[in-house]
Amino acid sequence: MKQTKQNSSTAVPIMDAEAIRRALQRIAHEIIERNPQLEKVVLAGIPSRGVEIARRIAGFILEIEKVELEAGVIDVAMHRDDVGTRPELPVVRASKLPLPLEGRTVIVVDDVLYTGRTVRAAMDAINSFGRPARIQFAALIDRGHRELPIRADYVGKNLPTSMNEKVQVHIGGADQPEGVWLTKPKTANESC
Amino acid sequence: MRAAESVTTSTSPDGAHALRWHRKDLLGLRELSAAEINFVLETTDAFKQVGTREIKKVPALRGKTLVNFFVEPSTRTRTSFELAAFRLSADVINISASTSSLTKGETLKDTARNLEALHADILVLRHSSAGAPQFLAQRLKASLINAGDGAHEHPTQALLDLYTIREKRGKIAGLHVAIIGDILFSRVARSNIFGLVKLGARVTLVGPSTLVPREFEKLGVEVSHKIDNVLPNADVVNLLRIQHERQRKEYFPGIGEYTRFFGLTKERAKLLKPDCLIMHPGPINRGVEIDSDIADGLQSVILDQVTNGLAVRMAVLYLCGGIST
Repeated sequence: MKQTKQNSSTAVPIMDAEAIRRALQRIAHEIIERNPQLEKVVLAGIPSRGVEIARRIAGFILEIEKVELEAGVIDVAMHRDDVGTRPELPVVRASKLPLPLEGRTVIVVDDVLYTGRTVRAAMDAINSFGRPARIQFAALIDRGHRELPIRADYVGKNLPTSMNEKVQVHIGGADQPEGVWLTKPKTANESC
Repeated sequence: MRAAESVTTSTSPDGAHALRWHRKDLLGLRELSAAEINFVLETTDAFKQVGTREIKKVPALRGKTLVNFFVEPSTRTRTSFELAAFRLSADVINISASTSSLTKGETLKDTARNLEALHADILVLRHSSAGAPQFLAQRLKASLINAGDGAHEHPTQALLDLYTIREKRGKIAGLHVAIIGDILFSRVARSNIFGLVKLGARVTLVGPSTLVPREFEKLGVEVSHKIDNVLPNADVVNLLRIQHERQRKEYFPGIGEYTRFFGLTKERAKLLKPDCLIMHPGPINRGVEIDSDIADGLQSVILDQVTNGLAVRMAVLYLCGGIST
């Protein structure tokens, strides 16, 4: 395989913008299929890329079913279990959810599902706003290596990875070009 | 394909928050950059929202111990820090001068070292001597938050004032802020001056010449001894409490005379622009620096300051106490 020039690590393209579009469109169809009471669904994106992904899924659902879902933001930084163990704190942002949550289905949306700790924090955060009827989870990429008993209800792409690889998702705003890349560590490539 | 290069950037899609927080202590606003001050204010937005939740508590500082060490009396600042710590799930111990061994002759450093031996993670210090927080911060591993030191700084009060102005007016740069009263002995005034000047506000200090010497112009502010000239073009007036307990006769002729020349009376308030904010760090002396009706009027944001103080202190405790040291 050809090496990327002068870079310390190699980024292997996994999805391009079109593949992301198709994956999110399929997730929209699956959400419609699994939630007959679509108007009770709230999409809660985890900042920052989850918010953009939730916005696009809501766009597809509006196109397909003519139902406009309520979109929210669920910030997990202050609910994480690793505060105080990292030299840099995650940036906290204000959460925004339509209230009350009672009787609703909240679908948490994120770019990458990895250890599951972020989703756990998101569920705790949601519970501090109220008690939704159910919580589901959608991720663009599931890269494995769970550290908690958590799974996604909707997955854009299952991507087997090793723990020293990095998954980079570029979507929305300054993230150009859009796509998903798998970055392999330097040493692994040079030894090839 | 330049993907490998571009993926190493850490810019978020909304392009915000390039800055990350690295301070374990908050000692004053003098040493903070404008970007750092703005970062605290943005973090405060997130924590203010926690107060509107059904469960007003987040686990961010679970398992951390905060010591409120107030060598000088204070009710509102101490309870605000205490409630902020509760909302972040930290454990809190309150120690005041009268209950501490300071009265038995223990030095400040020894008291603090004893607190640290108990594995306190965050020390919130109110002290009558300027510089006491700096002294301890250099010697302790725990985070140190200055809750007011002498006439030096009171950073969380200034941050909540800045936050309130930004919340009500949408910006700080370009606004004209009048700080009125006992500037000389006021740590609130000093911290406000540093913060406001850094964020681009125009600041005018108003009060009798004994309490507002021209020396302050060196800090980049204007000084006036005539309140009626300043009120008509102010966007914010911040009235400081006349600190009876600190006043000495030579600085201050008398309460009645102060009210006559510098109090925000009903008559004087008519000089204000209709959208001018009226602020006060509390506790207010009704009828001295401010008339009762004005303190409770529509332009007054005094109670918003109290609410915002809680959110600001949550943000500060989270930022300083949350990083690993």
